[in-house]
Amino acid sequence: MKSASPSSTASMSGRLQAWLPKLVLAPSVVISLCFVYGFMLWTFILSLTSSRMLPSYDFVGFTQYARLMNNERWWVAATNLGVFGGLFVGCCLVLGAGLAILLDQRIRREGVLRTLYLYPMALSFIVTGVVWKWLLNPGLGIQAMVRGWGFESFTFDWLVDPDMAVYTLVIAAVWQASGFVMALFLAGLRGIDDSILKAAQLDGASLPRVYWRVVMPCLRPVVFSAVMILSHIAIKSFDLVVALTGGGPGYSSDLPATFMYAHAFTRAQIGMGSASAVLMLCGVLAILVPYLYSELRSRRHG
Amino acid sequence: MDNVIRSRTPVARFWRLLLHATLLLAALWYLLPLVVMLLTSVKPLEEIAAGSLLALPDNPTLDPWLKAWGSACTGMRCEGVSGYFWNSFAIVIPAVIIATLIGALNGYALTKWRFKGAELVFAMMLFGCFIPFQVILLPMAQTLGWLGLSSSRAGLIFVHVVFGIAFTTLFFRNFYVSIPDELVSAAKLDGAGFFRIFWRILLPVSKPIIVVSVIWQFTQIWNDFLFGVAFSGHDTQPVTVALNNLVNTSTGVKEYNVDMAAAMIAALPTLLVYVLAGKYFVRGLTAGSVKG
Amino acid sequence: MSALEIDNVCKDFGTTRVLEEVSLAIDSGEFLILVGPSGCGKSTLMNAIAGLEPVTSGRILVGGEDITWRTPAERDIAMVFQSYALYPSMSVRGNIAFGLEMRKVPKAEREAAVQRVADLLQISHLLDRKPAQLSGGQRQRVAMGRALAREPQIYLFDEPLSNLDAKLRVEMRTEIKKLHQRLGTTIVYVTHDQIEAMTLADSIAVMRDGRILQLGTPDEVYNNPVDKYVAGFMGSPSMNFIDATLQGQAGAYRLHVTTDGEQELVLPWPADRETPGLAEHVGATLTLGLRPEHFAEEDARLGDRAEGTPLSARVSVVEPTGADILLQLPLGDGEVTARVGPDCRVRPGERLDLRVDMRRGVLFAPDSDTRLA
Repeated sequence: MKSASPSSTASMSGRLQAWLPKLVLAPSVVISLCFVYGFMLWTFILSLTSSRMLPSYDFVGFTQYARLMNNERWWVAATNLGVFGGLFVGCCLVLGAGLAILLDQRIRREGVLRTLYLYPMALSFIVTGVVWKWLLNPGLGIQAMVRGWGFESFTFDWLVDPDMAVYTLVIAAVWQASGFVMALFLAGLRGIDDSILKAAQLDGASLPRVYWRVVMPCLRPVVFSAVMILSHIAIKSFDLVVALTGGGPGYSSDLPATFMYAHAFTRAQIGMGSASAVLMLCGVLAILVPYLYSELRSRRHG
Repeated sequence: MDNVIRSRTPVARFWRLLLHATLLLAALWYLLPLVVMLLTSVKPLEEIAAGSLLALPDNPTLDPWLKAWGSACTGMRCEGVSGYFWNSFAIVIPAVIIATLIGALNGYALTKWRFKGAELVFAMMLFGCFIPFQVILLPMAQTLGWLGLSSSRAGLIFVHVVFGIAFTTLFFRNFYVSIPDELVSAAKLDGAGFFRIFWRILLPVSKPIIVVSVIWQFTQIWNDFLFGVAFSGHDTQPVTVALNNLVNTSTGVKEYNVDMAAAMIAALPTLLVYVLAGKYFVRGLTAGSVKG
Repeated sequence: MSALEIDNVCKDFGTTRVLEEVSLAIDSGEFLILVGPSGCGKSTLMNAIAGLEPVTSGRILVGGEDITWRTPAERDIAMVFQSYALYPSMSVRGNIAFGLEMRKVPKAEREAAVQRVADLLQISHLLDRKPAQLSGGQRQRVAMGRALAREPQIYLFDEPLSNLDAKLRVEMRTEIKKLHQRLGTTIVYVTHDQIEAMTLADSIAVMRDGRILQLGTPDEVYNNPVDKYVAGFMGSPSMNFIDATLQGQAGAYRLHVTTDGEQELVLPWPADRETPGLAEHVGATLTLGLRPEHFAEEDARLGDRAEGTPLSARVSVVEPTGADILLQLPLGDGEVTARVGPDCRVRPGERLDLRVDMRRGVLFAPDSDTRLA
């Protein structure tokens, strides 16, 4: 009589009800286990093999990683990612925050402007790449247009300049994503308790000072999220490179994502391609883990 | 910053003017590529070579659009992007429906029938939102081969569903967390079971999050290039892959107007969704990234 | 046979025990109120009865049948939630009929049941509205209607009035009482509001830290609390606790109360309220519990015939409530609250003569806080 165990006394339907939620979740869990975690492991295993055209399982240890470290093209891609990622994240933040603050000043046509700032986010990176390739084309694009206005010596030929090609990626990517950062900041600004701002103004603080001292500190979580999402976009950037520069001139604007694809699918270097994919994953984890950690911690504390 | 009395001095007015000018300038910079794309797509080739980027067409023509749609060369074939445009729809629609449905059920089970480890299961699935897809590309290609789904639409649908449910589950979980548990308790006492509660109580109030999820999935899958280029065959390419092939086909004269028309065609469905349901689009983008 | 019997129920959340061997039984038609501070386990106990929360051990019986491991749907129990939990997508009619629909009651019968409860609760004109279009009080009625339509064996009410404003709360309280008297339903009702508990209940279970401290009629719980906690929890303003030293012997115990360290007041303990336990506490400092209404203004006309022990004190605060006046006065180490009639004209700082009704005072042991007399 003390404690009846549930399994012995619960009704059939009761037991079924207890299992249903788990049953419903099971396919997704299995999918996640196989196709996310299993495949990650699989790719890692491939990266330890000498696979070329087809996956083979002759293990060669970390040779592929060593080859990667000695591969000049990989270093170009990795350096490019640093340049591209840093500039992309930085420009998007500055532009996004700036536009959000300006839009927050009781602008009559705010809705229209917001729509215009944000629409590039709805486009495919391929479309963005195609359009900017056209705009940055020295012969017919912006350079030609400005020269047509009478500035004969104007040059804007980054697209065909191996040293500058990676910056065209930054321009196009910022164009596409900064509106989204603006939306994030605007949502954050609107979420700030109005009375804090009123109190600060009653205390005699000027508007720029209110924003710098009171509002910006409140937006730290937004900055944090934006940096997360943008770095993530940067690391995954593949389509934009393919459509805008094709990684060129030469391989001067390669990113790890295009490097991986080229080696794994077209250059028959599956082993090295896998190694580069694993390194990309490590890159994502390096920014993801601190983010999740702080997220979980803040949730636990309130 | 509302409800504050603003000073009306000339200085204040100057700043106000500057503010509006800056915002307008920014709007132009965002608008420029779209305008150029549109203008170029209705110009004959001669005008493009001769005129300026922003010049209005002297003889507007829809021929580039017709060519892009029906007869432009994408790699080996010259049938335009129309077939690939429908391909994209054939991939997107089932993938969106399946992923949204699974996500809704997952979110419901995770929040309203909490069991030991539910949080862990969620965290585990959530990770799928963050991985760079390069890390699953090779095994997926081989697995699709084993499943007999290589280069097929079904294969692409499958891949998009597999990596879509992480997002849809996140959306629905965060939405259902805000629905009071007492609603489910009341329905349990009234005698309703797992699916009945979902169907009769939760689903009817889920319209906003369904819209968010559908729009998000639609734009994601429509705009996808990586899976499309890696897993599709010649007949099953989505429109993004076809567009890229079209632009990079280097036979004959470069027809920029056709390129732009094809880009517009590829962009239209998602732009339309954005214009029609912008509010939900933004909500989808910000869901899970802003705390709450 | 009891309508509801809870037998030694324990409930653990992880390593914390939230219900500790709870046992109680109520008869058919009885109105039981579970009352206690938040976190005392009253809501957990209610959820256990509803089947929303499995118990760790023990049994729950309804009408003599063991339902401990049945699903909520398999128990014949209806519940009114604090948030009302009305299904937002359904009309009021749909909400009320849903439980019957799930139990496969034919449509005609469902319609009749909806009409019956709608008439009973005067919500017929709201039947086609959605919950979002209702006021708080109307939602409350619909929530009760949803429970009533099913005619279950037991009704559970989880703080049903706490989301209403003060005036509406009193109205609905009366309404619930009327319904109970009229329908003779068996009700378990959770609240943290001791006035609700006093006014509605046939019996009250005062809970704290997962245990039932006292189970009894409102009168018993109010006038004969088992310990200092129950005594302090029931009643508003709450009972005054005064340190007092016990002197004398059986037949003539006295309580000595020192105010401000010098002035000593001697209160004789009524001989008919002595308990054998008092003897061992002679000389010790006990806690004397006096409710505000145990004080009365000295009525000169009654003279020596007035009951209680005389007491004179300087009033520090006067709080008129309309119906009566609450006074703060120094007694023992602190201040006590006394409730006097609305005609008292005393002003702060003035001295007032009062009488203390020691026949209704209670005594608690100093350490265990249990009742001595």
